[in-house]
Order: sequence, then C-alpha cells, then structure tokens
Amino acid sequence: MESKHIIDRNSLELLFEVLKHRGFSLVGPTVRDGAIIYDELTSTADLPVGWTDEQEGGTYRLKRRTDGALFGYVVGPHSWKKFLHPPIRRLLKAKREGSSFQIVTEDEEAPRFAFIGVRSCELHAIAIQDKVFIDGKYVDASYKLRRENAFIIAINCGQAGGTCFCVSMNTGPKATFGFDLALTEALENNRHYFVVEVGTEFGAEILREVPHEQANAEDAATAERIVAKTAGEMGRTLDTTSIKDLLYQNYEHPRWDNVAARCLTCGNCTMVCPTCFCTTVEDVTDLTGEHAERWQKWDSCFTMDFSYIHGGSVRSSAKSRYRQWMTHKLATWIDQFGTSGCVGCGRCITWCPVAIDITEEVRAIRGEVRE
Amino acid sequence: MNSFIPHPADIVEKRKEARYIFTFRLRFRDERLRQTFRFEPGQFNMVYIFGVGEVPISIVSDPTDPELLDHTIRVVGRTTAALEKLKEGDTVGLRGPYGSRWPLEDFKGKDVIIVTGGLGCAPAVSVINYIVKRRDDYGALKILHGIKTPKDLLYRDRFRAWRRIPNTEVSLTVDHPDRQWKYNVGVVTNLFNQVRIDYQNSVVMMCGPETMMKYAVRGLLSQGMSEGRIYLSLERNMKCAIGFCGHCQFGPSFICKEGPVFRYDRIKPWLEIREV
Repeated sequence: MESKHIIDRNSLELLFEVLKHRGFSLVGPTVRDGAIIYDELTSTADLPVGWTDEQEGGTYRLKRRTDGALFGYVVGPHSWKKFLHPPIRRLLKAKREGSSFQIVTEDEEAPRFAFIGVRSCELHAIAIQDKVFIDGKYVDASYKLRRENAFIIAINCGQAGGTCFCVSMNTGPKATFGFDLALTEALENNRHYFVVEVGTEFGAEILREVPHEQANAEDAATAERIVAKTAGEMGRTLDTTSIKDLLYQNYEHPRWDNVAARCLTCGNCTMVCPTCFCTTVEDVTDLTGEHAERWQKWDSCFTMDFSYIHGGSVRSSAKSRYRQWMTHKLATWIDQFGTSGCVGCGRCITWCPVAIDITEEVRAIRGEVRE
Repeated sequence: MNSFIPHPADIVEKRKEARYIFTFRLRFRDERLRQTFRFEPGQFNMVYIFGVGEVPISIVSDPTDPELLDHTIRVVGRTTAALEKLKEGDTVGLRGPYGSRWPLEDFKGKDVIIVTGGLGCAPAVSVINYIVKRRDDYGALKILHGIKTPKDLLYRDRFRAWRRIPNTEVSLTVDHPDRQWKYNVGVVTNLFNQVRIDYQNSVVMMCGPETMMKYAVRGLLSQGMSEGRIYLSLERNMKCAIGFCGHCQFGPSFICKEGPVFRYDRIKPWLEIREV
C-alpha cells in the first residue's frame, strides 16, 4: 500500500462508475445555492468543476477558478455527518392496541455511501464521531451500519481557506488514515491527474478496476509539494498548549461576557460543525392517534430548551451557552472522548453571522487580545 | 439490538403518594426481559408513554425483586402529566437501567445519613428502601429533610413510617413555618447541629436542589465529614440516557453515564460553577 498510483481525469469518471456498479450511492461536493454542498452525484460533471470558495469570518463566496479543478475549494457548510448521523431520523414506530401498544420493528436498510472528496479534517471529524457513537458503552447501531458501509475517497487539500486551522489541530491537510483511497489533484504542465494513495484492501480492489499507472518519484513529490504548500497557507492558527487546563481554569473569565454580547445564540456553529453530535427527540402521532413515532433531530446547546429541566433552563444566559459550546469542543471533550472535539475546519467561523472566531476567543482567554 | 427501543411494561399497581406524585409498579411484558433485568439502587429507567414522550425516572423498589419495578413520578411537565392519567392495566415503555448506583454495598456497617431537600426526591427513597430491607447490615439511619414551607412536605405518611424503623431518626425542617409546624425551622444545614452524627463512621447520600446540596456539603465538611464519603444525585435534561444526545452534560460528565450518583470530590469544582 506504500506505493502511489496515478489516475487521469477521465479515469475518475470510471472510478465513479465502478463504485455505482458495486451498489454505492455516490455523494460528494456539488454547487447549489451559491455554495459547495454535499449531495448525491451522478458523474464527475456534478462536481464543482472550476469553482473555488473564499472564506473569512462570517463570509463565504464562490468564485470561478482559472482552471478546471474538481476539488479546488476548501469546505462548505455541509459535512459528512449529514449522511452518517442524519439531521432527522425515526427512532421508533409504535401501534396502539387497546390500552396497550406494540413497537413496530423494521429492519433498517442502511445506505451504502461512497464519500467523494473527504478532507483530512473531515476524516478526523468522522473518527471523533465514531468515538461518540461506536466506541463507548453504548453503540448507535444505525450510525455503525452506515459507517461500516461507507467507502471513503479522501482528497488532500490543494489550498487552505481563510478560516482553516487544521495544522494547529494536527488534523491535516494531508489525509493520513481512515480512507479507502486518497487523491491529490494535480493540474500541471497541461496534465490533469490524481496521485492516488491506497488505504485499504478494498480500496486497492476498486482501484484495480480503473485504468491507473504506478506513480513515479516526481509525481509523488508533486503530491507532497501540494499539501506542504497548503499547510503553509492556513488562514487561522490556534495555540492548543494545555488548552483543557486553560479553559477549565477560566470559566469565570470576563471574555465570556464579551463574546455573549456578540453571540446571537443562533446555533449555526453547531449545525455546520462536523463533530457536534447533540440531538433531541420529538414524539408524534397520526390523526387517529393509533400510530406513534419517535424522531431524533439535531439539536444545539445554544437553545434554551437544551438544558431545560422543570423549573427552568440550567444555561439561561447566552454567556453560559457559548461557554458550554466552546469549552465542550476544546476541553471537556478531551475528558469525555480522549480527543479534542475541534478539527480546525473553520466552518464555525465562516458560518457565524457575526463572525465570532473560536481561534480569537482562545487568544482572548490566553490574554493575547487587546479589547 | 436497538438501544433506543422501549419495551412494553404493564402498570401492575398505581399508588398515589401525594398531590401530583404517584408510583407505578411496572412489569415487563416480555418474559425473558423480566428474568434477565437487573438494576442497582440509584439507577433509572427511561419511561415512555405512547405518542407523548419519554422521561428518566429512578427505580425505587428493591434490586432483589427486579420483576416488579417501582417508579415514583412527580408531575412536572407534559410527559409526566400524561403518565399520571394512566391506570392500572395500562402499558408504558421501559428501557434501562441506566446510570451509576448508590454505593450501598460498600458501606455495610456504617451509619447512613440521607440529606434531601425540596419536592419529591425519589432517588433518596431507593436508598431508604434498600436499608430498611437490610436493617441489620447498617448502623444508624438518619434522614434529614428540608423544605420551604410545611405544605411542601409531600410524603407525610412515608416520613411517619420511616420514623418507626429501628435505629432510624427523621428530622424535618422548613424555611417558613406555619402555626401547626412542630419540627425544626431553618435550612437543612441547621440540622447538622441538632442531629448527632458520627462523622468518622458515616456515609452521606444526598439529593435535592443543587444549591441546597452545595450548602449541605459545606456544612458537613465543616463538621469533619470527609469529601469521599458524600454522594450526590444530580439531575439534568435527558433525551437518550445513553450518552448520545448531549443534553445531560455537567462539565466533562454525562449525568446519564457517570451519574446520576456522583462522589462529591469527583465533581466538586463543577458544582461551584454557575450555569455549567
């Protein structure tokens, strides 16, 4: 698996065909409503051909590239969690029987996804959600099935966004694990090709069905050069030194009031975050009252309902809710799951309507920001 | 096996404890479950009512009889209000048991001090029931209960019955007494001066409002109680009980997994933070 391979632009199309033929639903990046989102793909033509994105705090814009790159953007508002941990899903169905009821069991047919274009930070995010849903005392069977079924094609980042900081979080930009195949897209000397690294036996099996050749040393070096350049272009940095202790010791820092004065508690950061996993449930019945269902939905710690117990919300101030989110992400997560909950993808910065920047907030708590 | 699926359980008996408080004695419909279900005092089940919702409720009956599971429920919201309308013979859903236990087995021979406050406090009832059933295994049982006003005393009959248990003391206190009140006045911590407690030979189990527990812990520590022998039962919003929904986080802990019963010294700093 150490050796690298080359496939050209057209072979990528064939790779898609092979995966479809094997029964996978292809999902990956595509342009919609002025953003690059993840959705079903039918061919490489659905990819964001020749598009890139510009990102800053509270800003996201698509721009035309001067070349025909397929993966020449960073990350959009979606993450793969929408497929593995869907925003809404039915937990159970029940049928009334007199004064009693019966649970209607159905065997879940888990979709078989092939994820096209997973970034290194996103591989880390998936690994983090694995710890939440698979590696603990309890297992989310539905997540596990989707996860086991997934075929993952990673893409090494050819450029960094204005809000990226994976280098700080040690999560990128080069994919190092958790993929079946990893591609580096190269557009050089009038060639458009992908350097391919194989991550699993199954990945190798799929690659064998697609025309490819052995990568020579120069091609391999090109791929390394591309990610090295990306690593040097990070739009943001975050100093993670003793970050757990820093946040544990600063629950009463005045900066929380400062950020609360700006935070709209809209929850956007939690929706775009690739690791945020919280959910709520909703019970519904049909009009006859004979059939009941229980649905799980993504939830956000920014709502008042989230911490409501009889008598009131535990976290009624905006300050306590922002503090909960950020402290969870960067500190308590480490105690809970042995890893940071942040992968440095920058989505929470880009998609915050008032451009609150987690890296800036950490600097402020470190006393490195003048107010 | 889907961890989100409740199992039908019949209401074998419904007992009214006080206004808005009732106990369901539940029995799993499935025979295999009835035989394999085991729980520890302090643990809870998720109780589901068809089409309405699901709530975490602690099991107050004895672990040696896991076929009949008592759940004392207080009406505080939509789901508990709907549960109250159910009758004997009706069916609810159950899944569990979840959470940590009161470490009663580890403290045989010791005095057990129960400190409770406010309304209800079912988790403490499981401790009392456990000790009553094994009275000779433990030293003195002292139940200290603080409430705001006399009308908040919900388990009048139960307190009366507990007083009659051998080697058991029940002390009640209210913040605001009325003319008929014949017990103590003041916050629950005042009782520590009145009740004789052998601090070297006791373990404390507590549940109630967090502010009350915080002050009670302070009072106990100042009297010489050790931090490692105080246990508290905490409460948070809970949707799943299996560590997935994120609602019950208390600092780094998930109340559903590491709690609801915590040893005081393990959560001490978090109790001091407001809105954590």
